[in-house]
Amino acid sequence: MKRVYAREEICGGCKLCEVHCAVAHSQYPNDIIKAFLKQKTKPIARILVEEGRPISFALQCRHCEDAPCTKACITGAMQKDPVTGIVANDETRCVGCWTCILVCPFGAIKRDESGHKVASKCDLCATVGGTPVCVQNCPNDALVFTDELWRR
Amino acid sequence: MHYVIVGNSAAAIGAVEGIRSVDPNGRITLFSDEPYHTYSRPLISYYLFGKVTEDKMYYRPLDFYERQGVEARLGTKVSSLMLGEKMVVLESGESVSYDRLILATGGKPILPPMPGRELEGVSSFLKWEDVRGLEKTLFPGARTVVIGAGLIGLKAAEALVKRGAQVTVVELANRVLSAILDESAAAMVQESLEEHGVRFFLENTVSEILGTEGKVSGVRLQDGTVRECDRVVIAIGVSPNADLARNTELTLNRGVLVDEFMQTSVAGIYAAGDVAEGYDILYRQKRVLPILPNAYKQGFTAGVNVAGGSQSYRGGFAMNSIGFFDLPMITAGIVKPEGDEFTVMLAADKARRLYKKIVLREGKIVGFIALNQIDRAGILTGLMDKEVDVTPFQDDLLREDFGYVYFPKEYRQQQLLKGVLEGERS
Repeated sequence: MKRVYAREEICGGCKLCEVHCAVAHSQYPNDIIKAFLKQKTKPIARILVEEGRPISFALQCRHCEDAPCTKACITGAMQKDPVTGIVANDETRCVGCWTCILVCPFGAIKRDESGHKVASKCDLCATVGGTPVCVQNCPNDALVFTDELWRR
Repeated sequence: MHYVIVGNSAAAIGAVEGIRSVDPNGRITLFSDEPYHTYSRPLISYYLFGKVTEDKMYYRPLDFYERQGVEARLGTKVSSLMLGEKMVVLESGESVSYDRLILATGGKPILPPMPGRELEGVSSFLKWEDVRGLEKTLFPGARTVVIGAGLIGLKAAEALVKRGAQVTVVELANRVLSAILDESAAAMVQESLEEHGVRFFLENTVSEILGTEGKVSGVRLQDGTVRECDRVVIAIGVSPNADLARNTELTLNRGVLVDEFMQTSVAGIYAAGDVAEGYDILYRQKRVLPILPNAYKQGFTAGVNVAGGSQSYRGGFAMNSIGFFDLPMITAGIVKPEGDEFTVMLAADKARRLYKKIVLREGKIVGFIALNQIDRAGILTGLMDKEVDVTPFQDDLLREDFGYVYFPKEYRQQQLLKGVLEGERS
Protein backbone atom coordinates (compact mmCIF):
# COMPACT_ATOMS: atom_id res chain seq x y z
CA MET A 1 0.00 0.00 0.00
CA LYS A 2 0.99 3.62 -0.37
CA ARG A 3 2.48 5.09 2.77
CA VAL A 4 4.16 8.34 3.71
CA TYR A 5 7.94 8.09 4.06
CA ALA A 6 10.20 10.74 5.48
CA ARG A 7 13.59 11.69 4.05
CA GLU A 8 15.40 12.77 7.15
CA GLU A 9 18.39 14.13 5.21
CA ILE A 10 16.35 16.94 3.72
CA CYS A 11 13.72 17.58 6.39
CA GLY A 12 14.20 21.11 7.68
CA GLY A 13 12.10 20.55 10.77
CA CYS A 14 9.70 23.38 9.84
CA LYS A 15 6.68 21.42 11.13
CA LEU A 16 4.42 22.67 8.35
CA CYS A 17 3.26 19.06 8.03
CA GLU A 18 2.02 19.20 11.62
CA VAL A 19 0.22 22.47 10.95
CA HIS A 20 -1.51 21.25 7.81
CA CYS A 21 -2.37 17.91 9.40
CA ALA A 22 -3.96 19.66 12.37
CA VAL A 23 -5.98 21.91 10.07
CA ALA A 24 -7.13 19.06 7.83
CA HIS A 25 -8.43 17.21 10.88
CA SER A 26 -10.01 20.24 12.53
CA GLN A 27 -13.56 21.53 12.33
CA TYR A 28 -12.40 23.91 9.57
CA PRO A 29 -10.37 21.66 7.27
CA ASN A 30 -10.18 24.27 4.52
CA ASP A 31 -9.38 27.31 6.59
CA ILE A 32 -6.08 27.48 8.40
CA ILE A 33 -6.95 30.73 10.18
CA LYS A 34 -10.35 29.60 11.46
CA ALA A 35 -9.00 26.21 12.49
CA PHE A 36 -6.70 27.81 14.99
CA LEU A 37 -8.81 30.84 15.91
CA LYS A 38 -12.35 29.55 16.01
CA GLN A 39 -12.08 25.98 17.18
CA LYS A 40 -12.51 25.89 20.95
CA THR A 41 -9.69 23.43 21.47
CA LYS A 42 -6.35 23.55 19.73
CA PRO A 43 -6.36 21.32 16.63
CA ILE A 44 -4.19 18.23 17.08
CA ALA A 45 -1.75 17.06 14.44
CA ARG A 46 -1.64 13.36 13.77
CA ILE A 47 1.92 13.59 12.56
CA LEU A 48 4.89 14.33 14.77
CA VAL A 49 8.19 15.93 13.82
CA GLU A 50 11.05 14.41 15.78
CA GLU A 51 14.10 16.58 16.17
CA GLY A 52 16.79 17.55 18.60
CA ARG A 53 19.71 16.05 16.79
CA PRO A 54 21.37 17.23 13.61
CA ILE A 55 18.47 15.58 11.85
CA SER A 56 14.71 15.80 11.97
CA PHE A 57 11.91 13.87 10.34
CA ALA A 58 8.15 13.48 10.48
CA LEU A 59 6.57 10.32 11.77
CA GLN A 60 2.99 9.12 11.61
CA CYS A 61 1.09 5.84 11.72
CA ARG A 62 2.86 3.28 9.52
CA HIS A 63 -0.41 1.44 8.84
CA CYS A 64 1.39 -1.79 9.77
CA GLU A 65 0.57 -4.99 7.91
CA ASP A 66 0.21 -6.74 11.25
CA ALA A 67 -1.05 -3.72 13.18
CA PRO A 68 -0.67 -4.33 16.94
CA CYS A 69 -3.15 -1.56 17.81
CA THR A 70 -5.98 -3.36 16.03
CA LYS A 71 -5.26 -6.54 17.97
CA ALA A 72 -4.95 -4.84 21.33
CA CYS A 73 -7.96 -2.52 21.04
CA ILE A 74 -10.39 -3.37 23.81
CA THR A 75 -13.47 -1.96 22.08
CA GLY A 76 -12.92 -3.07 18.50
CA ALA A 77 -12.77 0.58 17.40
CA MET A 78 -9.29 0.29 15.86
CA GLN A 79 -9.48 -1.65 12.61
CA LYS A 80 -7.38 -2.15 9.50
CA ASP A 81 -9.37 -1.84 6.30
CA PRO A 82 -8.81 -5.10 4.41
CA VAL A 83 -9.06 -3.31 1.06
CA THR A 84 -7.19 -0.02 1.50
CA GLY A 85 -4.87 -1.17 4.29
CA ILE A 86 -5.61 1.99 6.25
CA VAL A 87 -5.68 1.59 10.02
CA ALA A 88 -8.47 3.78 11.35
CA ASN A 89 -10.03 4.43 14.72
CA ASP A 90 -13.79 4.65 15.06
CA GLU A 91 -13.87 7.56 17.48
CA THR A 92 -17.50 6.94 18.38
CA ARG A 93 -16.53 3.62 19.94
CA CYS A 94 -13.11 4.56 21.35
CA VAL A 95 -13.11 5.09 25.13
CA GLY A 96 -9.59 6.50 25.46
CA CYS A 97 -8.13 3.56 27.39
CA TRP A 98 -4.79 4.09 25.58
CA THR A 99 -4.09 0.41 25.05
CA CYS A 100 -3.17 1.34 21.47
CA ILE A 101 -0.53 3.71 22.86
CA LEU A 102 0.77 0.82 24.95
CA VAL A 103 1.38 -1.34 21.89
CA CYS A 104 2.21 1.07 19.05
CA PRO A 105 5.95 0.55 18.48
CA PHE A 106 6.19 3.85 16.59
CA GLY A 107 4.58 6.01 19.25
CA ALA A 108 2.34 7.25 16.46
CA ILE A 109 -0.95 7.48 18.35
CA LYS A 110 -1.85 10.60 20.28
CA ARG A 111 -4.33 11.31 23.03
CA ASP A 112 -7.09 13.68 22.02
CA GLU A 113 -8.74 14.89 25.19
CA SER A 114 -10.48 17.89 23.67
CA GLY A 115 -13.84 16.17 23.70
CA HIS A 116 -14.60 12.70 24.94
CA LYS A 117 -11.16 11.06 25.17
CA VAL A 118 -10.18 9.36 21.93
CA ALA A 119 -7.06 8.02 20.29
CA SER A 120 -6.01 10.24 17.43
CA LYS A 121 -3.96 8.96 14.52
CA CYS A 122 -3.06 9.39 10.88
CA ASP A 123 -5.80 8.27 8.49
CA LEU A 124 -3.73 9.03 5.37
CA CYS A 125 -6.28 11.78 4.74
CA ALA A 126 -8.58 9.03 3.47
CA THR A 127 -11.63 11.24 3.83
CA VAL A 128 -10.06 13.77 1.47
CA GLY A 129 -8.62 11.25 -0.94
CA GLY A 130 -5.48 11.65 -2.99
CA THR A 131 -2.18 12.68 -1.50
CA PRO A 132 -2.11 13.32 2.25
CA VAL A 133 -1.88 17.01 3.17
CA CYS A 134 1.43 16.59 5.00
CA VAL A 135 3.03 15.43 1.76
CA GLN A 136 1.30 18.10 -0.35
CA ASN A 137 2.52 20.87 1.89
CA CYS A 138 6.09 19.82 2.61
CA PRO A 139 8.23 22.62 1.14
CA ASN A 140 11.32 20.40 0.90
CA ASP A 141 9.73 17.31 -0.61
CA ALA A 142 10.95 15.55 2.50
CA LEU A 143 7.78 13.49 2.59
CA VAL A 144 7.02 10.96 -0.10
CA PHE A 145 3.76 9.11 -0.65
CA THR A 146 4.56 5.88 -2.43
CA ASP A 147 4.37 2.13 -2.64
CA GLU A 148 7.51 1.95 -4.80
CA LEU A 149 10.70 0.33 -3.67
CA TRP A 150 12.61 3.45 -2.82
CA ARG A 151 15.76 4.16 -0.90
CA ARG A 152 16.89 7.57 0.36
CA MET B 1 -13.89 -29.15 8.27
CA HIS B 2 -15.86 -28.29 11.38
CA TYR B 3 -14.26 -25.95 13.88
CA VAL B 4 -15.76 -25.67 17.34
CA ILE B 5 -14.84 -22.70 19.50
CA VAL B 6 -15.80 -22.58 23.16
CA GLY B 7 -15.88 -18.98 24.29
CA ASN B 8 -16.97 -15.65 22.86
CA SER B 9 -14.53 -12.99 23.98
CA ALA B 10 -11.26 -11.62 22.58
CA ALA B 11 -9.52 -14.99 22.13
CA ALA B 12 -12.57 -16.59 20.52
CA ILE B 13 -13.09 -13.67 18.15
CA GLY B 14 -9.37 -13.72 17.33
CA ALA B 15 -9.76 -17.42 16.55
CA VAL B 16 -12.68 -16.75 14.18
CA GLU B 17 -10.70 -14.07 12.36
CA GLY B 18 -7.62 -16.28 12.30
CA ILE B 19 -9.53 -19.20 10.81
CA ARG B 20 -11.15 -16.98 8.19
CA SER B 21 -7.77 -15.56 7.15
CA VAL B 22 -6.90 -19.06 5.96
CA ASP B 23 -10.17 -20.91 5.40
CA PRO B 24 -13.10 -18.81 4.16
CA ASN B 25 -15.52 -21.71 3.95
CA GLY B 26 -15.03 -24.17 6.82
CA ARG B 27 -17.90 -24.57 9.23
CA ILE B 28 -17.46 -22.71 12.53
CA THR B 29 -19.66 -23.26 15.58
CA LEU B 30 -19.11 -21.06 18.60
CA PHE B 31 -20.52 -21.73 22.07
CA SER B 32 -20.92 -19.20 24.83
CA ASP B 33 -22.55 -19.71 28.19
CA GLU B 34 -23.38 -16.00 28.22
CA PRO B 35 -26.39 -14.91 26.16
CA TYR B 36 -24.74 -11.83 24.64
CA HIS B 37 -23.29 -10.97 21.28
CA THR B 38 -19.50 -10.74 21.72
CA TYR B 39 -18.79 -7.85 24.06
CA SER B 40 -15.73 -6.33 25.63
CA ARG B 41 -15.10 -7.41 29.19
CA PRO B 42 -12.78 -4.46 29.98
CA LEU B 43 -15.68 -2.12 29.21
CA ILE B 44 -17.89 -3.26 32.08
CA SER B 45 -16.58 -0.57 34.42
CA TYR B 46 -17.29 2.07 31.75
CA TYR B 47 -20.76 0.61 31.38
CA LEU B 48 -21.40 0.81 35.11
CA PHE B 49 -20.80 4.54 35.28
CA GLY B 50 -22.56 5.23 32.04
CA LYS B 51 -19.70 6.21 29.75
CA VAL B 52 -20.38 3.26 27.47
CA THR B 53 -23.97 2.46 26.57
CA GLU B 54 -25.27 -0.99 25.74
CA ASP B 55 -24.87 -0.56 21.97
CA LYS B 56 -21.19 0.36 22.38
CA MET B 57 -20.35 -2.68 24.51
CA TYR B 58 -20.02 -4.98 21.53
CA TYR B 59 -16.52 -6.04 20.51
CA ARG B 60 -17.53 -6.58 16.90
CA PRO B 61 -20.48 -5.30 14.80
CA LEU B 62 -23.82 -7.02 15.28
CA ASP B 63 -23.59 -8.77 11.91
CA PHE B 64 -20.18 -10.24 12.79
CA TYR B 65 -21.22 -13.90 13.09
CA GLU B 66 -23.27 -13.71 9.94
CA ARG B 67 -20.51 -12.09 7.91
CA GLN B 68 -17.92 -14.53 9.18
CA GLY B 69 -20.17 -17.52 8.65
CA VAL B 70 -20.23 -18.50 12.30
CA GLU B 71 -23.04 -20.42 13.90
CA ALA B 72 -23.10 -18.73 17.30
CA ARG B 73 -24.87 -20.70 19.95
CA LEU B 74 -25.15 -18.09 22.66
CA GLY B 75 -26.42 -18.91 26.11
CA THR B 76 -25.34 -22.51 25.50
CA LYS B 77 -22.94 -23.96 28.02
CA VAL B 78 -20.52 -26.71 27.12
CA SER B 79 -20.40 -28.99 30.12
CA SER B 80 -17.75 -31.51 29.17
CA LEU B 81 -15.38 -32.72 26.47
CA MET B 82 -15.14 -36.19 24.99
CA LEU B 83 -11.76 -36.00 23.35
CA GLY B 84 -11.73 -39.62 22.22
CA GLU B 85 -14.97 -39.20 20.33
CA LYS B 86 -14.09 -35.65 19.25
CA MET B 87 -17.25 -34.28 20.77
CA VAL B 88 -18.32 -31.54 23.12
CA VAL B 89 -21.24 -32.25 25.40
CA LEU B 90 -23.67 -29.45 26.13
CA GLU B 91 -25.48 -28.84 29.38
CA SER B 92 -28.68 -29.98 27.69
CA GLY B 93 -27.10 -33.37 27.08
CA GLU B 94 -26.74 -32.77 23.34
CA SER B 95 -23.33 -33.67 21.95
CA VAL B 96 -21.70 -31.89 19.03
CA SER B 97 -18.82 -33.39 17.08
CA TYR B 98 -15.86 -31.40 15.83
CA ASP B 99 -12.83 -31.85 13.67
CA ARG B 100 -10.84 -29.15 15.45
CA LEU B 101 -11.47 -27.60 18.85
CA ILE B 102 -10.40 -24.24 20.28
CA LEU B 103 -10.83 -23.59 23.98
CA ALA B 104 -11.22 -19.89 24.68
CA THR B 105 -13.15 -20.10 27.91
CA GLY B 106 -11.39 -17.18 29.57
CA GLY B 107 -11.01 -16.67 33.27
CA LYS B 108 -13.20 -16.85 36.30
CA PRO B 109 -13.09 -14.78 39.46
CA ILE B 110 -11.17 -16.13 42.40
CA LEU B 111 -13.72 -16.39 45.20
CA PRO B 112 -12.12 -17.17 48.53
CA PRO B 113 -14.14 -19.35 50.88
CA MET B 114 -15.16 -16.49 53.17
CA PRO B 115 -18.37 -16.66 55.17
CA GLY B 116 -21.17 -14.49 53.80
CA ARG B 117 -20.21 -14.76 50.13
CA GLU B 118 -23.73 -15.87 49.24
CA LEU B 119 -25.41 -12.79 50.72
CA GLU B 120 -27.47 -10.49 48.53
CA GLY B 121 -25.35 -7.47 47.61
CA VAL B 122 -22.13 -9.43 47.05
CA SER B 123 -20.85 -9.62 43.49
CA SER B 124 -17.76 -10.19 41.44
CA PHE B 125 -16.64 -7.84 38.67
CA LEU B 126 -15.77 -9.75 35.56
CA LYS B 127 -18.79 -10.29 33.36
CA TRP B 128 -21.41 -7.96 31.96
CA GLU B 129 -23.95 -9.73 34.15
CA ASP B 130 -22.03 -8.68 37.26
CA VAL B 131 -22.39 -4.96 36.53
CA ARG B 132 -25.92 -5.27 35.18
CA GLY B 133 -26.88 -6.61 38.59
CA LEU B 134 -24.95 -3.91 40.43
CA GLU B 135 -26.24 -1.13 38.21
CA LYS B 136 -29.87 -1.90 38.94
CA THR B 137 -29.56 -1.87 42.69
CA LEU B 138 -26.90 0.77 43.26
CA PHE B 139 -28.09 3.93 44.97
CA PRO B 140 -26.28 7.21 45.64
CA GLY B 141 -24.27 7.01 48.82
CA ALA B 142 -24.23 3.19 48.81
CA ARG B 143 -21.44 2.11 51.11
CA THR B 144 -19.40 -0.30 49.05
CA VAL B 145 -16.44 -2.44 50.02
CA VAL B 146 -14.19 -3.60 47.21
CA ILE B 147 -12.00 -6.56 48.10
CA GLY B 148 -8.79 -6.30 46.10
CA ALA B 149 -6.84 -3.28 44.85
CA GLY B 150 -5.75 -4.84 41.58
CA LEU B 151 -6.68 -3.71 38.07
CA ILE B 152 -10.25 -4.96 38.35
CA GLY B 153 -10.81 -3.81 41.92
CA LEU B 154 -9.64 -0.27 41.26
CA LYS B 155 -11.55 0.01 37.99
CA ALA B 156 -14.61 -1.08 39.95
CA ALA B 157 -13.83 1.45 42.69
CA GLU B 158 -13.51 4.28 40.16
CA ALA B 159 -16.80 3.41 38.46
CA LEU B 160 -18.57 3.10 41.81
CA VAL B 161 -17.30 6.52 42.93
CA LYS B 162 -18.53 8.00 39.65
CA ARG B 163 -21.92 6.46 40.42
CA GLY B 164 -21.97 8.21 43.76
CA ALA B 165 -21.05 5.30 46.01
CA GLN B 166 -18.85 5.60 49.08
CA VAL B 167 -16.01 3.23 48.37
CA THR B 168 -13.63 1.40 50.67
CA VAL B 169 -10.94 -0.84 49.20
CA VAL B 170 -9.36 -3.64 51.21
CA GLU B 171 -6.11 -5.15 49.93
CA LEU B 172 -3.87 -7.84 51.29
CA ALA B 173 -0.66 -6.49 49.70
CA ASN B 174 1.23 -3.46 51.00
CA ARG B 175 0.21 -1.31 48.02
CA VAL B 176 -2.36 -0.86 45.30
CA LEU B 177 -1.84 -2.48 41.87
CA SER B 178 0.96 -4.62 43.23
CA ALA B 179 1.18 -6.62 40.01
CA ILE B 180 2.01 -3.60 37.85
CA LEU B 181 3.46 -0.91 40.14
CA ASP B 182 6.25 -0.58 42.66
CA GLU B 183 5.76 1.11 46.04
CA SER B 184 6.58 4.66 44.88
CA ALA B 185 4.22 4.66 41.92
CA ALA B 186 1.53 2.86 43.88
CA ALA B 187 1.64 5.52 46.58
CA MET B 188 0.99 8.24 43.98
CA VAL B 189 -1.96 6.34 42.54
CA GLN B 190 -3.40 5.63 45.96
CA GLU B 191 -3.10 9.29 46.94
CA SER B 192 -4.93 10.33 43.79
CA LEU B 193 -7.75 7.86 44.44
CA GLU B 194 -7.99 9.03 48.04
CA GLU B 195 -8.49 12.57 46.77
CA HIS B 196 -11.54 11.23 44.95
CA GLY B 197 -12.91 9.81 48.15
CA VAL B 198 -11.73 6.20 48.07
CA ARG B 199 -10.67 4.86 51.45
CA PHE B 200 -7.98 2.17 51.66
CA PHE B 201 -7.16 -0.61 54.09
CA LEU B 202 -3.88 -2.18 53.03
CA GLU B 203 -2.19 -5.30 54.41
CA ASN B 204 -5.60 -6.34 55.52
CA THR B 205 -8.43 -8.39 54.12
CA VAL B 206 -12.06 -9.25 54.66
CA SER B 207 -12.36 -12.33 56.85
CA GLU B 208 -16.14 -12.37 56.90
CA ILE B 209 -19.01 -10.68 55.12
CA LEU B 210 -21.72 -9.85 57.62
CA GLY B 211 -25.42 -9.89 56.83
CA THR B 212 -28.88 -9.43 58.15
CA GLU B 213 -31.91 -11.13 56.62
CA GLY B 214 -29.83 -12.47 53.80
CA LYS B 215 -28.45 -9.06 52.81
CA VAL B 216 -25.00 -7.59 53.24
CA SER B 217 -24.71 -5.36 56.28
CA GLY B 218 -20.96 -5.09 56.75
CA VAL B 219 -17.57 -6.73 56.67
CA ARG B 220 -15.22 -7.89 59.35
CA LEU B 221 -11.58 -7.35 58.49
CA GLN B 222 -8.71 -9.62 59.38
CA ASP B 223 -7.57 -7.21 62.11
CA GLY B 224 -11.02 -7.27 63.71
CA THR B 225 -12.27 -3.94 62.36
CA VAL B 226 -15.95 -4.03 61.45
CA ARG B 227 -17.27 -1.72 58.75
CA GLU B 228 -20.89 -1.36 57.85
CA CYS B 229 -21.70 -1.51 54.15
CA ASP B 230 -24.45 -2.12 51.61
CA ARG B 231 -22.48 -3.76 48.83
CA VAL B 232 -19.38 -5.91 48.51
CA VAL B 233 -17.45 -6.38 45.28
CA ILE B 234 -15.00 -9.29 45.25
CA ALA B 235 -12.09 -8.50 42.93
CA ILE B 236 -9.26 -10.59 44.27
CA GLY B 237 -8.16 -11.89 40.93
CA VAL B 238 -8.92 -14.12 38.00
CA SER B 239 -7.88 -17.70 37.39
CA PRO B 240 -8.08 -19.71 34.17
CA ASN B 241 -11.53 -21.14 33.56
CA ALA B 242 -10.08 -24.55 32.75
CA ASP B 243 -12.81 -26.74 34.21
CA LEU B 244 -13.50 -28.36 30.84
CA ALA B 245 -9.91 -29.48 30.55
CA ARG B 246 -9.79 -31.12 33.96
CA ASN B 247 -9.86 -34.90 33.99
CA THR B 248 -9.04 -35.04 30.29
CA GLU B 249 -5.75 -35.80 28.54
CA LEU B 250 -5.06 -32.07 28.19
CA THR B 251 -2.03 -31.03 30.20
CA LEU B 252 -2.81 -28.39 32.76
CA ASN B 253 -0.68 -26.21 34.96
CA ARG B 254 -2.48 -23.10 36.12
CA GLY B 255 -3.97 -22.89 32.67
CA VAL B 256 -4.13 -25.22 29.69
CA LEU B 257 -0.56 -25.53 28.47
CA VAL B 258 0.00 -24.52 24.86
CA ASP B 259 2.98 -24.43 22.52
CA GLU B 260 3.96 -21.53 20.25
CA PHE B 261 1.24 -22.55 17.80
CA MET B 262 -1.33 -22.50 20.63
CA GLN B 263 -1.79 -26.24 20.33
CA THR B 264 -2.44 -28.10 23.57
CA SER B 265 -0.89 -31.42 24.49
CA VAL B 266 -3.54 -33.09 22.34
CA ALA B 267 -3.19 -32.73 18.56
CA GLY B 268 -6.04 -30.79 16.94
CA ILE B 269 -7.04 -29.07 20.16
CA TYR B 270 -5.97 -25.50 20.72
CA ALA B 271 -6.36 -23.06 23.59
CA ALA B 272 -6.03 -19.28 23.73
CA GLY B 273 -6.58 -16.33 26.02
CA ASP B 274 -7.02 -16.28 29.77
CA VAL B 275 -7.57 -20.04 29.94
CA ALA B 276 -4.26 -20.80 28.22
CA GLU B 277 -0.76 -20.85 29.57
CA GLY B 278 1.72 -19.84 26.91
CA TYR B 279 5.28 -18.61 27.00
CA ASP B 280 6.31 -15.39 28.72
CA ILE B 281 9.41 -14.10 26.94
CA LEU B 282 10.54 -12.00 29.92
CA TYR B 283 10.08 -14.49 32.74
CA ARG B 284 11.30 -17.16 30.31
CA GLN B 285 8.72 -19.67 31.40
CA LYS B 286 5.11 -20.55 30.73
CA ARG B 287 2.69 -18.18 32.41
CA VAL B 288 -0.95 -17.22 32.21
CA LEU B 289 -1.13 -13.67 30.78
CA PRO B 290 -4.72 -12.59 31.31
CA ILE B 291 -4.70 -9.44 29.20
CA LEU B 292 -6.77 -8.67 26.14
CA PRO B 293 -3.98 -8.06 23.61
CA ASN B 294 -2.47 -11.43 24.45
CA ALA B 295 -5.86 -13.14 24.24
CA TYR B 296 -6.58 -11.78 20.79
CA LYS B 297 -3.13 -12.62 19.44
CA GLN B 298 -3.21 -16.14 20.86
CA GLY B 299 -6.71 -16.61 19.50
CA PHE B 300 -5.75 -15.40 16.05
CA THR B 301 -2.66 -17.63 16.05
CA ALA B 302 -4.74 -20.63 17.12
CA GLY B 303 -7.22 -19.87 14.36
CA VAL B 304 -4.58 -19.67 11.64
CA ASN B 305 -2.97 -22.93 12.71
CA VAL B 306 -6.16 -24.84 13.29
CA ALA B 307 -7.19 -24.01 9.74
CA GLY B 308 -3.98 -25.37 8.27
CA GLY B 309 -1.91 -22.21 8.12
CA SER B 310 1.34 -21.80 9.97
CA GLN B 311 1.90 -18.98 12.39
CA SER B 312 3.84 -19.02 15.60
CA TYR B 313 3.44 -16.65 18.51
CA ARG B 314 6.68 -17.03 20.40
CA GLY B 315 5.23 -15.45 23.49
CA GLY B 316 4.09 -12.32 25.19
CA PHE B 317 4.54 -10.49 28.43
CA ALA B 318 2.39 -8.62 30.89
CA MET B 319 1.41 -5.13 29.74
CA ASN B 320 -1.33 -2.78 30.80
CA SER B 321 -2.70 0.62 30.02
CA ILE B 322 -5.04 1.77 32.71
CA GLY B 323 -6.13 4.98 34.37
CA PHE B 324 -8.24 6.23 37.23
CA PHE B 325 -9.97 9.57 36.97
CA ASP B 326 -7.35 11.75 35.28
CA LEU B 327 -4.28 9.69 36.12
CA PRO B 328 -3.21 7.38 33.28
CA MET B 329 -0.45 4.78 33.44
CA ILE B 330 1.19 2.30 31.15
CA THR B 331 3.31 -0.54 32.50
CA ALA B 332 4.91 -3.66 31.10
CA GLY B 333 7.03 -6.61 32.08
CA ILE B 334 9.13 -6.84 35.20
CA VAL B 335 8.52 -3.67 37.22
CA LYS B 336 9.99 -4.68 40.57
CA PRO B 337 13.10 -6.67 39.76
CA GLU B 338 15.00 -8.70 42.28
CA GLY B 339 18.54 -9.77 41.53
CA ASP B 340 21.89 -8.45 40.33
CA GLU B 341 21.20 -8.94 36.66
CA PHE B 342 18.85 -5.95 36.50
CA THR B 343 19.61 -2.24 36.09
CA VAL B 344 16.97 0.29 37.03
CA MET B 345 16.62 3.82 35.61
CA LEU B 346 14.32 6.20 37.40
CA ALA B 347 12.80 9.66 37.01
CA ALA B 348 10.20 10.87 39.47
CA ASP B 349 8.37 14.09 40.25
CA LYS B 350 6.15 13.49 43.21
CA ALA B 351 4.38 16.85 43.08
CA ARG B 352 3.24 16.32 39.49
CA ARG B 353 2.72 12.59 40.06
CA LEU B 354 5.10 11.78 37.26
CA TYR B 355 7.02 8.56 37.50
CA LYS B 356 9.06 6.69 34.97
CA LYS B 357 11.02 3.57 35.70
CA ILE B 358 12.82 1.44 33.16
CA VAL B 359 14.24 -1.98 34.01
CA LEU B 360 17.08 -3.40 31.93
CA ARG B 361 18.61 -6.86 31.77
CA GLU B 362 21.52 -7.80 29.53
CA GLY B 363 21.22 -4.45 27.74
CA LYS B 364 17.55 -4.95 26.92
CA ILE B 365 14.43 -3.40 28.38
CA VAL B 366 12.47 -5.97 30.36
CA GLY B 367 10.02 -3.72 32.14
CA PHE B 368 8.81 -0.18 32.67
CA ILE B 369 6.36 1.97 34.54
CA ALA B 370 5.13 5.19 32.93
CA LEU B 371 2.82 7.02 35.30
CA ASN B 372 1.06 10.16 34.12
CA GLN B 373 3.41 10.49 31.14
CA ILE B 374 2.32 7.73 28.85
CA ASP B 375 2.75 9.31 25.44
CA ARG B 376 4.73 7.12 23.04
CA ALA B 377 5.22 4.46 25.71
CA GLY B 378 4.64 1.84 23.02
CA ILE B 379 8.12 2.55 21.68
CA LEU B 380 9.45 0.94 24.88
CA THR B 381 7.01 -1.96 24.57
CA GLY B 382 8.21 -2.45 21.00
CA LEU B 383 11.87 -2.51 22.04
CA MET B 384 10.97 -5.14 24.65
CA ASP B 385 9.02 -7.23 22.19
CA LYS B 386 11.82 -7.17 19.62
CA GLU B 387 14.45 -7.65 22.33
CA VAL B 388 16.53 -4.77 20.99
CA ASP B 389 19.86 -4.05 22.66
CA VAL B 390 19.33 -0.47 23.86
CA THR B 391 22.89 0.09 25.10
CA PRO B 392 23.73 2.64 22.33
CA PHE B 393 20.92 4.97 23.42
CA GLN B 394 20.31 3.84 26.99
CA ASP B 395 21.01 7.29 28.43
CA ASP B 396 18.24 8.81 26.32
CA LEU B 397 15.50 6.41 27.39
CA LEU B 398 14.17 8.59 30.21
CA ARG B 399 14.00 11.77 28.13
CA GLU B 400 10.52 13.23 27.85
CA ASP B 401 10.96 13.52 24.09
CA PHE B 402 12.43 10.04 23.67
CA GLY B 403 11.71 8.78 20.19
CA TYR B 404 13.12 7.37 16.98
CA VAL B 405 15.52 10.29 16.62
CA TYR B 406 17.64 8.74 19.38
CA PHE B 407 17.87 5.36 17.64
CA PRO B 408 20.95 4.48 15.62
CA LYS B 409 20.30 5.58 12.05
CA GLU B 410 20.38 2.12 10.58
CA TYR B 411 17.83 0.71 12.99
CA ARG B 412 15.60 3.76 12.66
CA GLN B 413 15.51 3.60 8.89
CA GLN B 414 15.01 -0.13 8.84
CA GLN B 415 11.92 0.35 11.01
CA LEU B 416 10.51 3.45 9.35
CA LEU B 417 11.05 2.31 5.78
CA LYS B 418 9.74 -1.18 6.41
CA GLY B 419 6.95 -1.10 3.87
CA VAL B 420 9.09 0.03 0.95
CA LEU B 421 12.24 -1.86 1.83
CA GLU B 422 10.30 -5.08 1.91
CA GLY B 423 8.87 -4.14 -1.48
CA GLU B 424 5.41 -4.79 -0.20
CA ARG B 425 2.70 -4.39 -2.79
CA SER B 426 -1.03 -4.33 -2.47
